[in-house]
Amino acid sequence: MNLRYVVPASLLISSILFTGCAKNNAESALNTSNTSEAVATNATNTDPSTSTSSPDLQTAIDQYRTYVIEQCDLFVKETEKFTTAVKAGNLDEAKALYAPTRMYYERIEPIAEALGDLDPNIDARDGDVDPSEWRGFHHIEKSLWEVGTTKGEEAVADQLLKDAQLLRAKVETVDINASMLVTGAVELLNEVSSSKVTGEEERYSHTDLYDFAANVEGAAKIYELLKPELEKKDADLEKDIGERFASLLKELEPFKVNDGYISYEKLQEDQIRKLSQTLDALAEPLSNMGTILGV
Amino acid sequence: MKKDNNDKNNLMLNKKLSRRDMLRLAGVGGVGLLLGGGAIGSLLASDKKTTSNASTILSQDQDSIPFYGAHQAGIITPSQNFICFAAFDVITDNVSDIRKMFQKWTTASATMVSGSLIGNVNDNPNLPPSDTGEAAELSPSRCTITFGAGPSLFDARFGLQNKRPPSFQELPPFKADSLEPEWCGGDLCVQVCADDLQVAFHAIRNLARIARGTAVLRWTQEGFQRSTQADPKATTPRNLLGFKDGTANPNVTDSKLMNEVVWSQSVDGTAWMTGGSYMAVRRVRMRIEVWDRSTLKDQEDTFGRHRHSGAPLGSKDEFDSIKLDALDATTGKPVIPSNSHVALAHGDGSIQMLRRSYSYSSGLDLKTGQLDAGLLFISFQRDLQKQFIPIQQRLANNDKLNEYAVHKGSAVFACFPGTTEGGFIGETLFGGI
Repeated sequence: MNLRYVVPASLLISSILFTGCAKNNAESALNTSNTSEAVATNATNTDPSTSTSSPDLQTAIDQYRTYVIEQCDLFVKETEKFTTAVKAGNLDEAKALYAPTRMYYERIEPIAEALGDLDPNIDARDGDVDPSEWRGFHHIEKSLWEVGTTKGEEAVADQLLKDAQLLRAKVETVDINASMLVTGAVELLNEVSSSKVTGEEERYSHTDLYDFAANVEGAAKIYELLKPELEKKDADLEKDIGERFASLLKELEPFKVNDGYISYEKLQEDQIRKLSQTLDALAEPLSNMGTILGV
Repeated sequence: MKKDNNDKNNLMLNKKLSRRDMLRLAGVGGVGLLLGGGAIGSLLASDKKTTSNASTILSQDQDSIPFYGAHQAGIITPSQNFICFAAFDVITDNVSDIRKMFQKWTTASATMVSGSLIGNVNDNPNLPPSDTGEAAELSPSRCTITFGAGPSLFDARFGLQNKRPPSFQELPPFKADSLEPEWCGGDLCVQVCADDLQVAFHAIRNLARIARGTAVLRWTQEGFQRSTQADPKATTPRNLLGFKDGTANPNVTDSKLMNEVVWSQSVDGTAWMTGGSYMAVRRVRMRIEVWDRSTLKDQEDTFGRHRHSGAPLGSKDEFDSIKLDALDATTGKPVIPSNSHVALAHGDGSIQMLRRSYSYSSGLDLKTGQLDAGLLFISFQRDLQKQFIPIQQRLANNDKLNEYAVHKGSAVFACFPGTTEGGFIGETLFGGI
């Protein structure tokens, strides 16, 4: 599978030029060096109809890698502030930093999940893992909101920062391919469906809507990167997804307050149902983005 | 291709049904409404004439019911073993989205009732399969899928106000109604019936999936009857109160009668509904625990029938005519109590409608620990104001059965006329917009 994406870009460009594709592709192709040469050398042995990938996918993969690293850098930086507040005993500051810090992680969650134990170490909820192994954000969350103290969480905070730094280091090694992008976007929305929209993720702080928004932003980023390729393969699908992202963001809008979101506990039942259904309406077409991968 | 389908449909519509099918058509019926006993006579009379060749004709197409035709299937179709019913709310602002959804629904439905997988992406490892797959390799199981529009679809949202049939509106409140919003209403409905519950569920699930972004589920209810396996002779089904019920439906093989009772006609004034039918749905919870501790005499007086034979009180045979004027020799009171279900439902026998109900069981009422079980009453008629409403008013005001049954859900839908291949259900309403 992955072999498809390491085919030299110029070779694939040539096939696109030959199929006479959209203007955009031609333009991007022309901006690439060696294009005419590639066309000349590959004209005879490339069957455009069986070509299932394009240089834009590699571009998207590269751009996504950059995004993941950006988010990781910010995640480490913010986690450091958060854990410092915990260790300094600044309860209010720690509570204020908790949800915004987690957003950097939630945007790239599927990548973290691909990295062994990092996800449970950082993000496990009470009951997800053996009690003796439970650590990370939700351990501190419980203490901050349930007990109302930072005391006793100092070691957990230290470990959390180390885990965040480890994530940042390991992320460099992740082999990102186009298939991961496509499934990652759907996984992000599935995360919302299964735990955020139900209020089960942030059971003490009730900051679920932060995670909700971050997961959706992470999925939107992937859609944005794949959009040019999707437009070529299935313009209706691309439009559909775009419109439904817009509907979901509109649905989320009233729950914004200052730089964050209202408590999950303040949501009415019918508002939760509407959020969930709007999310399902988006996830359905989004799950068909794999069409850019061919058969 | 198109012609073949029409021919096939015409053949299907003209077929004589067996006794078995006519009796099954009567459905579980009854708690809500029982039709006039007078109709049973003509039902049986025509039955005698048609039994001889009916079963052989039916066997050819027994497992598959054509989707396309002048009328939607699932209305005068003999009742299948199971129902999955769903009411939807439209969430788009744009009527063209509704039209697109009905086009997709039509294509998918025609495919599903033929027993095939929907869509053309069922083998691509990079994509979710277009069919959810749980009905793969299952027989069509006489699956029918029937679509309708609720009165709320004709509010200001879609500019359809002028299309609402004048006599089509939400039902008036009936005495002792105990309606709960979660079981009421809907902009659209989909009734799926099949002889296999998994086949029926598969259809509702896939239609809800196709609807995502355009319509969302509002409420759903599954239902059952005794199956053909359990009752090969297809005697009159019993409802959950143990009584044979619903033997008095009009004869669906009498197309003239169907035009009078079930199908909306062009003279009725709503062109897009010609060939369609109006559906009333009531989710009637039965107070099973209370019923179970009432005496047999009380139960029989409530229905106006003998429990074992199904015969009207004072008669021997299930199909004996109902004699409401017969008086008890010692007490001088009517043999069939005037507030019994059969007496009120019969009335003067002048109003008919086609019932197609199913029993339901939906777990526990957590508050009381009692069973949430009863009847998903469904009837089809040409005009709700002239048929369903007066009968239901009569029953709601006096029926002794009201002690044991309470109406929790209610909705009405205008079920579209059928369509031919290449067209789509709802085209008469959405097509020109």
